Amino acid sequence: MKVFMLGWEFPPFISGGLGTACYGLTRAMDQLGMEVTFVLPKMVESKYATHVKLLTPGSRTTSSSIKFNELKNVKFHTLSSALQPYTTPDSYERRIEETLRLKQEIHGGSISSASQLITSKDYSNDMYSEVYRYAAMAAELAENEHFDVVHAHDWMTYPAGIAVAAFSGRPLVVHVHSTEFDRSGEHVNQMIYDIEREGMHRADKVITVSHFTRNIIISRYGVSEDKVEVVYNGVKRNGGWSSDETVIDKDEKIVLFLGRITMQKGPEYFLQAAKKVLDVMDNVKFVMAGSGDLMHRSIELAAELGIGQKVLFTGFLLGEDVQKIYKMADLYVMPSVSEPFGIAPLEALDNDVPVIISKQSGVSEVLMHALKVDFWDINEIANKVIAVLKYPPLQMTLRSHGNFEVRRLRWKDAATKCAKIYEEMLVPV
Amino acid sequence: MPSVCFYFQVHQPVRLRHYTVFDKNDQYFDDYKNGSICRKVANKCYLPANRLLLDVIRRFEGRFKIAYSVTGLLLEQLQRYSPEVMSTFDALAETGCVEFLAETYYHSLSFLYSHDEFVEQINKHIEAINYFFGQRPRIFRNTELIYNNDLAALIESMKCFDAIITEGADHILGYRSPNFVYQPKGCKNLKLLLKNYSLSDDIAFRFSNRDWPQWPLTADKFSRWVSNVNGNGNVVNLFMDYETFGEHQWEDTGIFDFMRHLPEEILRHPDNDFKTPSEVIQSYGSADTVDVPHIISWADTERDLSAWLGNAMQSNAIHELYRIEKKIKDTNNEKILGDWRKLQASDHFYYMCTKYFADGDVHKYFNPYDSPYDSYINFMNVLDHLHRRCSGQMPGDEFRPAPGNGPTEPLPGSAPDFNNLPDLQPVE
Repeated sequence: MKVFMLGWEFPPFISGGLGTACYGLTRAMDQLGMEVTFVLPKMVESKYATHVKLLTPGSRTTSSSIKFNELKNVKFHTLSSALQPYTTPDSYERRIEETLRLKQEIHGGSISSASQLITSKDYSNDMYSEVYRYAAMAAELAENEHFDVVHAHDWMTYPAGIAVAAFSGRPLVVHVHSTEFDRSGEHVNQMIYDIEREGMHRADKVITVSHFTRNIIISRYGVSEDKVEVVYNGVKRNGGWSSDETVIDKDEKIVLFLGRITMQKGPEYFLQAAKKVLDVMDNVKFVMAGSGDLMHRSIELAAELGIGQKVLFTGFLLGEDVQKIYKMADLYVMPSVSEPFGIAPLEALDNDVPVIISKQSGVSEVLMHALKVDFWDINEIANKVIAVLKYPPLQMTLRSHGNFEVRRLRWKDAATKCAKIYEEMLVPV
Repeated sequence: MPSVCFYFQVHQPVRLRHYTVFDKNDQYFDDYKNGSICRKVANKCYLPANRLLLDVIRRFEGRFKIAYSVTGLLLEQLQRYSPEVMSTFDALAETGCVEFLAETYYHSLSFLYSHDEFVEQINKHIEAINYFFGQRPRIFRNTELIYNNDLAALIESMKCFDAIITEGADHILGYRSPNFVYQPKGCKNLKLLLKNYSLSDDIAFRFSNRDWPQWPLTADKFSRWVSNVNGNGNVVNLFMDYETFGEHQWEDTGIFDFMRHLPEEILRHPDNDFKTPSEVIQSYGSADTVDVPHIISWADTERDLSAWLGNAMQSNAIHELYRIEKKIKDTNNEKILGDWRKLQASDHFYYMCTKYFADGDVHKYFNPYDSPYDSYINFMNVLDHLHRRCSGQMPGDEFRPAPGNGPTEPLPGSAPDFNNLPDLQPVE
């Protein structure tokens, strides 16, 4: 089975759960012996300068390939593009400007060298045309590839998926990790919605990461039920294997929020609940790890609630820092307003941190050994936070059962289920 | 000539309301939910089953007999929410064919933690049964049929009982059959009646299971199985939850029709009869002594305590509950004592069971919580509040949020220190 896969992000270039999911899924497919060509838009960005050199994108239409040693059957293609997951058109524009500015700084403000690397002409100024440019480049790339199915992850790659499927005559799977309704509530961006809707309707199969999302696809996008399949995400286990046995000696309990600080993730409910907890408990700190468009608002809110000294903002964390913060945390809270899946709680459990998750999440469908709350119910969130901090037997039971439960959620099963879906599509009706 | 001895367990706990750490009043129980569950079970089970059995008893003019153990917690709720059930029980008691057993009034696990409390609750139950049904029970059954040698010794020392009922677990009987009367090891007068779990569970659990090769179970088939005991036992003890009729097995499974026809099928064989537990021990001598050093129960396949005390939350909750016994009793406050005792019902700990939680099963029945964790949190919040009431420290003010941006107050020091638990073991 050969899969032509279109994604947005891949470790280490990640800003959220999508990259983690793509990595987990392709790794498991690789282990199952499936061949995957993974195409992702890669913006020339200075943060990972060494890696960028490695990629050395030439002209804008040539793609560059990289290979991960651990992934034998997965081939990567990156297309130079400013596409980043979780962007809005506004932030897209800002990102373009920032990149240009950074490039100029790196190259000593030499405009001529900067323009060699990148000029605003190379990048379309609005995200939508970028999405279609990515589609055109992906289709071009696909001409030289042989594959059985096209698998596109989230809306930015749907037009590319449609194009590649049309050129190649191969069936299209779109994989919905989140929808515009999750990201923006009721204030949906009509153009994004239209792209999502078209992708889902043109696809032969739609994969969602939960029944929660499946219901949205059926009710909000009018996709017929028999076309939508649920494939739960897995979790890559790495907890408990760390050689670093430092026990953090601390008087204060730490309650962790880890994720993008955006409307979707419910940061204000976290802070409101924190306020209620701090009304009755003193030795607690609340850590918000992540960045996002509500970060400043959240800092202000913490101050307004009078708990500023008890809330720490770490900014966006990656890799080892994530492990470190899990090691310190006594409890992880995910008060998401609308969470298609939510891999982070699984990682928390894998790191022996008990979790409180919102009922408005896909992960609450697969986790039994977690505390569940309605995201808006700050009283109940606080009630449960206090209980976990106050009663060690509760923490212990949640931790041990939860850690065990997480082991059953394997990417291998997700990959197997995808393979089954591919096979069903390829059988001539 | 096997006698058939039916005993039905009749119980509903008083369920807690959703009680958060921010709640400050002493209204711990969900009157609405308890009332509606009580009325629902009354309509689906207690009333139709009582009427049916009353009818059968009258029809057989003294040849059909049964026994009940009705907990004090349920008696209180029936009086309040379904008095008509009380009058049908009363009518059953009047027939002279119905024996009422004694247990802990609050359906508690107190035997494991406080013998004083245990004995007080048994005496309270005896008084209640005597008050409502005019009988002083002579047979004791412990909550969930929990039993060991020590329990038998304690019950014998009370000098008011003739026998104990417990589970006929394979590992205590070995090659022996449950279909005889036994004697507890170390007891002189007390007898032991053991549940025939195979035949009991054919009715209680397997009756409507279509995957069971013996489905459908008919009255004549079942009476043949009972008659097969002839020559290899004196008594078939069929012990089960009363809610088997109409709740665990719905009416449309035919469970009521089965029960209506069973007596005449059993009695068709001239050697068979029905006996109450007291009649059984008067009729048959003890076949052997049974040694039960370790605790058994009637739950799950393990027949142990793991359904109530199997995880850290359960054992923490129950330890904390009994730890405050003295403080509770020192208050001499009936309301506080009553609330504390209602918290002792084994159901509260059963709800915290994580054993089969992921699979979802029989443990879910009547369970008001979404998860064992929710039930633990709720229970501990209530217990915490109750504890403070008996410290004379009426909660309220200390939970009020500090005004504005002022300093936050720590939890009051009188709260139980859950971080520092001495190793409190069940009393042996």
